[in-house]
Amino acid sequence: MTLLFYLAGAIAIIATFAVIVQTNIVHALLYLILSLLAVAVIFYVLGAPFAAVLEAIVYAGAILVLFLFVIMMLNLGQHTRDQEKGWLTGRMFLAPGVMSALLLGQLLNVLSQVDQDMAVTRVGVMEVSALLFGPYVLAVELASILLLAGLVSAYHLAKR
Amino acid sequence: METIPVEHGFILAGILFCLGLIGVLTRRNVVFVLMSLEIMLNASGLAFIVAAARWGHAEGQVMFLMILTLAAAEVAVGLGLIIQMFRRFQTVDINVLSEMKG
Repeated sequence: MTLLFYLAGAIAIIATFAVIVQTNIVHALLYLILSLLAVAVIFYVLGAPFAAVLEAIVYAGAILVLFLFVIMMLNLGQHTRDQEKGWLTGRMFLAPGVMSALLLGQLLNVLSQVDQDMAVTRVGVMEVSALLFGPYVLAVELASILLLAGLVSAYHLAKR
Repeated sequence: METIPVEHGFILAGILFCLGLIGVLTRRNVVFVLMSLEIMLNASGLAFIVAAARWGHAEGQVMFLMILTLAAAEVAVGLGLIIQMFRRFQTVDINVLSEMKG
């Protein structure tokens, strides 16, 4: 299981890196799906099977299919790919890379003081559901209202 | 029972978040910017799951569900905005939006 964690983590990092340097949108999308599935495997290893299934269904399934539909609607061709290639020079990555590396260094500095092992305990669907429909029922209702607002505004925005 | 060092999980979440941040700062194609935002949201969800695994609580997974809902709503609105932008400017270059300045 520990080996699986590191393997899936490496796949997630490589696939995410491939997303941000890719010029073809559909290829980037497929790499993003790979990255999300690797993260789903990590969730399973960390003892959260419910979150892993939701990650695969909602993220890799629903949200990225939405992306795919929009890319098909926009019908971006070779022109956009060439434009992308022109924009994506190595110099573009310099300043954001340095800033993000500084941020990551700070994070690593903070995290190096945490020195604990986690014994992985499985938290199943039942515990999560008992919390969702017990103390957090208001949060679930608010989430459904947020989704409704998102639906209405997406319909309104995409309308001609 | 095998164990995983907790900081490795957080480090993985941090690396994914920083990669998403680089994507947001670097790309000019608005679809890529939205995808990088998804990467960042996913990384924060991973951090919550790691914390849930460390303390053996289900609250982290509840928070992950909320992040998932937020990401779904955000992506729907964002893609609607992209479609509208493409109709108006016939491009996905984010720099054309700077014409909006007064």
